[in-house]
Amino acid sequence: MDTGDTTFILICAALVMLMTIGLALFYAGMVRSKNALGTIMQSFIIIALITVEWILWGYSMAFGPDKWGVIGGLEWFGLRGVGMAPHSVYATTIPHQVFMIYQCMFAVITPALITGAFAERMRFGPFLLFSLLWATFVYNPLAHWIWGDGGWLGRLGALDFAGGVAVHLSSGVAALAAAILLGKREGFGTEELRPHNLPMTLLGAGLLWFGWFGFNAGSALAAGSLAGSAFVATHVAGTTGALAWVFMEWRVTGKATTLGGASGAIAGLATVTPAAGFVGPISAAIIGILAGVGCYLGIMAKNRFGYDDSLDVVGIHGVGGVLGLLVTGLFASVAINPGGADGLFFGNTAQLSIQCIAIGVTIVYTFVVSYTLLKIVDKLFGLRVELRDERSGLDITQHEETAYNI
Amino acid sequence: MKKIEAIIKPFRLDDVKKGLSNLGIKGMTVSEVRGFGRQRGHKEVYRGAEYQVDFVAKIKIEIVLEASMVPDAMKVIQDQARTGEIGDGKIFVIPVEQVVRIRTGESGKEAL
Repeated sequence: MDTGDTTFILICAALVMLMTIGLALFYAGMVRSKNALGTIMQSFIIIALITVEWILWGYSMAFGPDKWGVIGGLEWFGLRGVGMAPHSVYATTIPHQVFMIYQCMFAVITPALITGAFAERMRFGPFLLFSLLWATFVYNPLAHWIWGDGGWLGRLGALDFAGGVAVHLSSGVAALAAAILLGKREGFGTEELRPHNLPMTLLGAGLLWFGWFGFNAGSALAAGSLAGSAFVATHVAGTTGALAWVFMEWRVTGKATTLGGASGAIAGLATVTPAAGFVGPISAAIIGILAGVGCYLGIMAKNRFGYDDSLDVVGIHGVGGVLGLLVTGLFASVAINPGGADGLFFGNTAQLSIQCIAIGVTIVYTFVVSYTLLKIVDKLFGLRVELRDERSGLDITQHEETAYNI
Repeated sequence: MKKIEAIIKPFRLDDVKKGLSNLGIKGMTVSEVRGFGRQRGHKEVYRGAEYQVDFVAKIKIEIVLEASMVPDAMKVIQDQARTGEIGDGKIFVIPVEQVVRIRTGESGKEAL
């Protein structure tokens, strides 16, 4: 066991946990003030709910002993067998528990990402149930396929350093299912549904960016040059993403906006996530630019298709996830990470098709299961708030609280 | 006794307040309001979605004073609040029936 690696991964786990808080603030600032607490509560409570799920059956399903390449068994239910000694495959220089708690934070933030799609209109109880079911039946299998020991996507050779498949693409696709099923907010397209506190959003974006170093660099699972390389790639992609979005927006609408800067950075960071440990800094810079432009266009497409993905989870995480997995197939280089593979631009034509398989499978599986789970919870309990509650706001109707008593 | 309600641009408040003070007007109530007359609002853009925001931030000043002081007060407010641009605001004069000072119970002119 290595104390440097262990320190590093523990700190990274804390950084990723902070990202869910950052996400809460990022989202809350963008909704109307009557929904500020409801929005924050969704992310905040998910930290608690999904952590418990994780230590009971989540970790076992995702990383436990493999069954047919498709799922982990429940041998590690309640973290039985997950002790202090390193696991022989997952992270050989840190305690198994440390690897588990690091992965826990990924499992936690992923369902929290989806909340952006149904912001301002989901009932609290059904939301909890859906999140729990989604974590169990979508996140855990996907994580197993791509990262589990014996998982079939990983065995196939799909490259996903820190979460294109299990985190961004999955949440983006689930967000689409949710936006379609829950329907538009009242006033969407006709009224002013403006952000109520952009400084809060920017604070959230900053915390997310900061935490992302734990998300991507930590996925090296060791404190060394690969972590450093992933850190650099992550940061660079975030910066060029921000610049690309801002300049594009400036060109198209005439003004550079703060929200655009934050959104571009997030787009860059999300898109580089599967690629972070496989690409060099210049590749990362290009990836960030593609992300800024691609996700910006993705959001404009929302206006064309007419679905209310309130906080642009599809446009940023969905599009970013697809883009990120694709560019991994283009820019990956074994010179950066011998444990990976070369992408198309380094002479290997096969990787891109493997990435496409990963993308296709993730989209189909996630959409079908997410839609089904949403339908079931809707039939049993009803997902959407009553119209009069939507008008009064989630804070007062779901939580009997007011965010701003001034 | 009369009440003056003046809607003015927020950045003019300090000068208006000083001018009224120099006139001997000792108290006022100020609130942040939104409104529009002929002044257009502005456009805001969030992730490509455009919003036309018609309401403009203004300050409303309310003062109650003796009828004899109204013309001077109106002149001071106009002089200090005017910028020459659209949106300078309006002054309304309204009759007041009764005034009471809560602490002492005085009423009428003594309460002003």
